[in-house]
Amino acid sequence: MSIVSKVVFKVDDDISTDIIYPGRFMATVLPSETLQYAFADNEAFNKKLNAKQVPPNSIIIGGKNFGCGSSREQAASTLKGHELIIVAKHFARIFLQNSINLGLKMIICPDIDASEGDDIEITDAEVINKTTGKRFAIQPLPKARQAIVDAGGLIPYARKRMLAMHGTRYTVNRINNQKF
Amino acid sequence: MGMTMVEKILARATGQKSVRVNDVLEPVVDLAMSHENAAIVINQFQEIYKDTGIEAKVWDPSKITLIFDHRVPAETSKTATNQEKIRKFATQQGILKFHDIRGDGGGICHQILPENGYVRPGYVVVGTDSHTTSHGAMGAFSFGIGGTEMSAVWSLGHALNIEVPGSIKVYVEGEFPAHVYPKDLILHLIGLLTAEGANFKVIEFHGPTIKKMSTSGRLVLCNMSVEAGATSGIVPPDEETLRYLKEEAGVTEKIEMMSPDPDAIYDREIKINVSKLVPQVACPHTVDNVKPIDQVVGIKLNQIVVGSCTNGRLDDLGIVAGILKGKKVAKNVRMIIFPASSRIYREALKKGYLEIFMESGAVVMNPGCGSCLGVHQGALADGDVALATTNRNFKGRMGNPKGEVYLCSPETAAVSAITGVITDPRKGG
Repeated sequence: MSIVSKVVFKVDDDISTDIIYPGRFMATVLPSETLQYAFADNEAFNKKLNAKQVPPNSIIIGGKNFGCGSSREQAASTLKGHELIIVAKHFARIFLQNSINLGLKMIICPDIDASEGDDIEITDAEVINKTTGKRFAIQPLPKARQAIVDAGGLIPYARKRMLAMHGTRYTVNRINNQKF
Repeated sequence: MGMTMVEKILARATGQKSVRVNDVLEPVVDLAMSHENAAIVINQFQEIYKDTGIEAKVWDPSKITLIFDHRVPAETSKTATNQEKIRKFATQQGILKFHDIRGDGGGICHQILPENGYVRPGYVVVGTDSHTTSHGAMGAFSFGIGGTEMSAVWSLGHALNIEVPGSIKVYVEGEFPAHVYPKDLILHLIGLLTAEGANFKVIEFHGPTIKKMSTSGRLVLCNMSVEAGATSGIVPPDEETLRYLKEEAGVTEKIEMMSPDPDAIYDREIKINVSKLVPQVACPHTVDNVKPIDQVVGIKLNQIVVGSCTNGRLDDLGIVAGILKGKKVAKNVRMIIFPASSRIYREALKKGYLEIFMESGAVVMNPGCGSCLGVHQGALADGDVALATTNRNFKGRMGNPKGEVYLCSPETAAVSAITGVITDPRKGG
């Protein structure tokens, strides 16, 4: 897999879900409606997104602890709605899990260095900054979470499990003992 | 090799003798909590069953609790419609641990759970709220998840693909000096760990200071553990846990205890002596931007907020009432008080606290999350500065990205309400 795209927005460390999706819009829950409030308090970027001036697969560069704070799933669904890709040094736990569950593309790239406007290629193993010529290793997702990505998100994954549960008397304890 | 508290809990929840950090497990869930965001969970839950011909029924209605607290009473027709959808779902699925907007049983989820005895030592608790970490105060492994993840729990009764987290042992000793509280301790610890320092880890609290601490104080520590990124805070259960569950939560059945092994392996150990700790304040716009109070005294305030799942309990309100009695909130300063539950509200009423608050000029709101998350009841004006006993000060948190929020203990908030500037409680208001 390889994606060639551009950095459209760069943010600092510790970007909270209050910044990605302010609390005052939390009554909006449908993914088809949450997308209008992405980064709502950053008027310029929000306007660009809503005017469809940001093509799918555009990249947001995040710092450390991207998505910290509230568990609100709208923070993942609003970014997914615009088909953005988040490349960050690392992610806060709940946001990471919400992103995987909803199929938001996110890349853990501990050393990423890129600026707005840079041309980027993302391969399976690396993020390549074509503007600066620098290459950065991608940290793979935890294996347990990769299974959900491979299933196309948590809903199809859970549906399969639910059907299995109804089909047979099915109890699960330890599924494996993988290290990662 | 010994096990940490979270390893013990997850071994129990998977029927195994032992588990280790990084094992991938599917623990049985003992309690699944949601508030208004159950609207998302219901949508996703129905999606799981879509076109399968199988009726969408939750795995065990007795293990699900639904609580309205984020926007109560509804601030818009949209919220009211969501709440009605959840209300109907609770009835249809037979969910009895449902706390509607009521003066005889409503309140903030993270107070409703402990005061009703819904959480017991050793439980696995999931909640669609990041502050679900709170319930580690009862000796549970309690963590926040998103709405879609919860829909899978409602369907299967297991949390899927859980990696056993490593633990940070925090050993606390020493006596709290006057005017210094568990809130100051947790702010100090978050400053030390940073906002990401405990990401994907559990903070396990130990030491004589924790042993002597009330459940109310332990809830403050575990509540804010998530502000250092922690999956959960956990206090190993002890006599105080039993006392709280029996005397305050009215639990009559046998309570099973559980403790970590003495030879458990921790990723990191931190020792804190609180005897020299001074009041702490978290400054805008991150919770780990913590400073000792003397570095921030004198900052002019527009709004004081007392309450939330962090510091809206009876002891917190008692401290504030003790300071406000016979005094006035400074001119041009708004003081807003949110008791954490209707039970606390009524107890505060009986004790005369609410009268003291109102005579001082403070406004008492119904229990709920209120201005903490900036949805309604107490948004900031452009340029406003707020001092709050809540748990987050992120940009935009109190409804306005052009406002600033400082976080502190109830006593610091109360003395500062009188002066109208951030004030050191050791020097009086």
